[in-house]
Amino acid sequence: MTGTTVKVPVRGGVGESTMRPDGIPKVTGNFAFASDLYADGMLWGATRRSPVAHGRIRRVDIGAALAMPGVVAVLTQADTAGRRTFGLEEADQPVLAAGAVRFWGEPIAVVAAHDPDTARRAAAAIGVDIEELPPLSDPEVAVEQGSVVRHIRIRRGEPDASGAVVVEGYYEVGQQDQAPLGTEAGLAIPDGEGGVDLWAVSQWLHADHEQIHLSLGVAPDQVRCHPVGVGGAFGSREDMSMHIHLCMLALRTGRPVKMVYDRAESFTGHVHRHPARMWYRHEANEDGALVKVEAKIILDGGAYASTTSAVIANAAYFAVGPYRVDNVSVDGYGARTNNPPAGAMRGFGAVQACFGHESQMDRLAARLEMDPLELRRRNALGSGDPNATTGQIIEGSLPTVRVIDELAAIPVPDPADPADVRNRPGGTGLTTDPGDIRRGIGYALSIKNLAFSEAFDDSCEASVILTPMGAEVRTAACEVGQGLAMVCQQIARTALGLNHVAVVFTDTSEIGSAGSTSASRQTQMTGGAVLKACEELRDRILTEHGGDDLTDDGVVRGGEVVATLAELCASGPIEHRVVFRHPETFSTDENGQGAPHADFAVAAHRAVVDVDPELGLVRVVRVDTAQDVGTALNPMSIRGQIEGGIMQGLGLAVMEELVLDEGRMLNANFTDYLLPTFADAPDVECRLVEEPGLWGPFGAKGVGEPPTISSTPAVVAAIRDATGLELIRAPVRPEHIVLP
Amino acid sequence: MREEVAFRLNGHDVAVEVDVHRTLLDVLRDVLGEMGTKEGCGEGECGACTVLVDDAAVVSCLYPVCEADGTSVTTVEGLFEPGGELSPVQTAYLEFGGTQCGFCTPGMIMASVALLAENPDPSEEEIRYALTGNLCRCTGYVQIVESVRAAAELMMERPA
Repeated sequence: MTGTTVKVPVRGGVGESTMRPDGIPKVTGNFAFASDLYADGMLWGATRRSPVAHGRIRRVDIGAALAMPGVVAVLTQADTAGRRTFGLEEADQPVLAAGAVRFWGEPIAVVAAHDPDTARRAAAAIGVDIEELPPLSDPEVAVEQGSVVRHIRIRRGEPDASGAVVVEGYYEVGQQDQAPLGTEAGLAIPDGEGGVDLWAVSQWLHADHEQIHLSLGVAPDQVRCHPVGVGGAFGSREDMSMHIHLCMLALRTGRPVKMVYDRAESFTGHVHRHPARMWYRHEANEDGALVKVEAKIILDGGAYASTTSAVIANAAYFAVGPYRVDNVSVDGYGARTNNPPAGAMRGFGAVQACFGHESQMDRLAARLEMDPLELRRRNALGSGDPNATTGQIIEGSLPTVRVIDELAAIPVPDPADPADVRNRPGGTGLTTDPGDIRRGIGYALSIKNLAFSEAFDDSCEASVILTPMGAEVRTAACEVGQGLAMVCQQIARTALGLNHVAVVFTDTSEIGSAGSTSASRQTQMTGGAVLKACEELRDRILTEHGGDDLTDDGVVRGGEVVATLAELCASGPIEHRVVFRHPETFSTDENGQGAPHADFAVAAHRAVVDVDPELGLVRVVRVDTAQDVGTALNPMSIRGQIEGGIMQGLGLAVMEELVLDEGRMLNANFTDYLLPTFADAPDVECRLVEEPGLWGPFGAKGVGEPPTISSTPAVVAAIRDATGLELIRAPVRPEHIVLP
Repeated sequence: MREEVAFRLNGHDVAVEVDVHRTLLDVLRDVLGEMGTKEGCGEGECGACTVLVDDAAVVSCLYPVCEADGTSVTTVEGLFEPGGELSPVQTAYLEFGGTQCGFCTPGMIMASVALLAENPDPSEEEIRYALTGNLCRCTGYVQIVESVRAAAELMMERPA
């Protein structure tokens, strides 16, 4: 067929604020989260957990549980057919504990029963006889005893360098929970041939897949991990929770098995952000130029390794922040204790370090009687500079000065009208006398690596299929809510020049790994793979048909359609599959020197708070930000990431903390673990700073983590400004303000 | 103890024989298979399970099902007929970034519907206070407030 055609630009391509393709099912209640799944004849699983933080298991008696009507199976470690441990970086965590328990809430046995109530009662009926041992709950003691997952040592420049002005500080960051609204859930269905299909919440299906088949002791092709509605992640789904348990129960019973953690079990069943203790010393010249930074950072990794070695590396590599300084000494320790395991959470080590380095920059500015933004501007790291810790030359864009200037250009709000009680700290509780309100303003900057680092072979597979209808993108990447389906659709539309693009999330048997939905990496990695696949497919088709353009009408040559999409696909859909890799990264040497990172992004935050110093109440009035986004592929979605990230940063600044007593969690519920609500939400103005990055699609950089990193220190700095207090710990609690 | 409980659900009469201690959320999801309503915390803190009982928003995870006897219950499924049009609140959440992971969305939308029925032209502050019982971990709430404002304007433009 031939015919003339007029070139019409695609709709919903990159740069537009398009609607999410998963939006309609989400607003109609039809989107299937893991907790909504159902299979005929399915059983319900439940987990028996350790009641102590550390102990020797003398005996596990499953007799009473197994005898209960409705109970089909009770499994312990003896039922693990393959590898008895799992773990993302180091397989050190027992699938089910035997011999010893090392944290409060550690799984010891699992049950399958006809209904959830019976399963829970049976789990409780399992007799667990444990000789309780003293838990190692202090990470400093752990480091002294050598109980360390990783020590990272950074030495750059002259250790004897000195500056005219010295500030020192000790800082702490409490343990934050990701608290996604959807709890852990999954469904495993045996395939009748010794294999199993799993639909369970995840950030990285292929990493789950590898750990599961090893522990089940079956061949890789006997396990298929499928995508499913996740309900938020923020790092909590990077490690597995119930995944192996569900597969073991399904294979043992020969029936589908479903499990859903309730909120309390979710708190114990996933890893958390690492709490931190940090010692800092900054030396600078009188003009504010940094001369030397020394830091010691201890992160509490809890009982098992999880991602601690990568998290402590990030904390150490970004211990200085986005600043130029030639002399640096950092020691980072990831401690192993009997506290609940810590792992990935949005910001991944950079959050903790940022609270340290930004608190220090404010102390230095105060000592020099210099504007805090001016001090940061004078030391700002930029493209072409060596990163202060590793010495790695920043090759891509790094608009640190621009984010400072853009932030400074956002107007500062007038004092709130105290006549409206909702504007007062304490709100409608009517506790705050308007005359007592003190306003404060605080600033913070952050830097974060994008995608995986330290010589990890970070690859991502994607496929694009041309059909008579348009194109289909296929990937095993996990959409956890951030909008990956949307951005892949936009990239494919623009790259192919086709309007009709569907994104299909598929399972581990159909396509290779997309890597994790973490490290702010999927827009760059899966987005990069989709762009490469689409560009290569388009080139292939145009070359084969001698065309100069591809449109919804087909291949076009000189304004004439020479082959329609249907004609192109006459012998079937045309698939093009690629593996995308970002620029190679390297391990650092014994002094922490080298080029461990693939890309970087910076952000700046300014918080405005009103404080009632008598009651220690804080109202965060505004948090404004300027963020380095490379190229904005979907401005509304980026704003959604920034506003949501700032709220998590605000939560860590003033309310969110898991409280432990000798390893035992005291507030594993939403009544006692406070999340920011609508009433806590500040106004936010975002300025997107666009300087295209080195290798992301169309110059895009990941945007998920930076909003959570410097928002916390900005809020705490604003409270310091309002109160004049030192406030060395996040979250700041009322007693820290009232009884410093 | 089991009892028969009868109510209207999204315009249809339903009757179930259930343990009287069951919550409305349990019965909606586990007995009636209406999976649109979510459980986020099970203790009335997060609002993911919000439904309307006789047009008032309630957290169904704390609502004894026997209390629903003789009432009219509306869940997110009741806002949209397959093949029909999305309601203004659903449309606005879709177009203004009000949904990300989507887990809080059904409850958030039902709380918004209840607010707009009572106050068709709420200010930003009124929206925030009306929805304070609903947690969202993804959006930072800003685009939800914008979605509800947009829904109010849509409804005032084309009244039902």
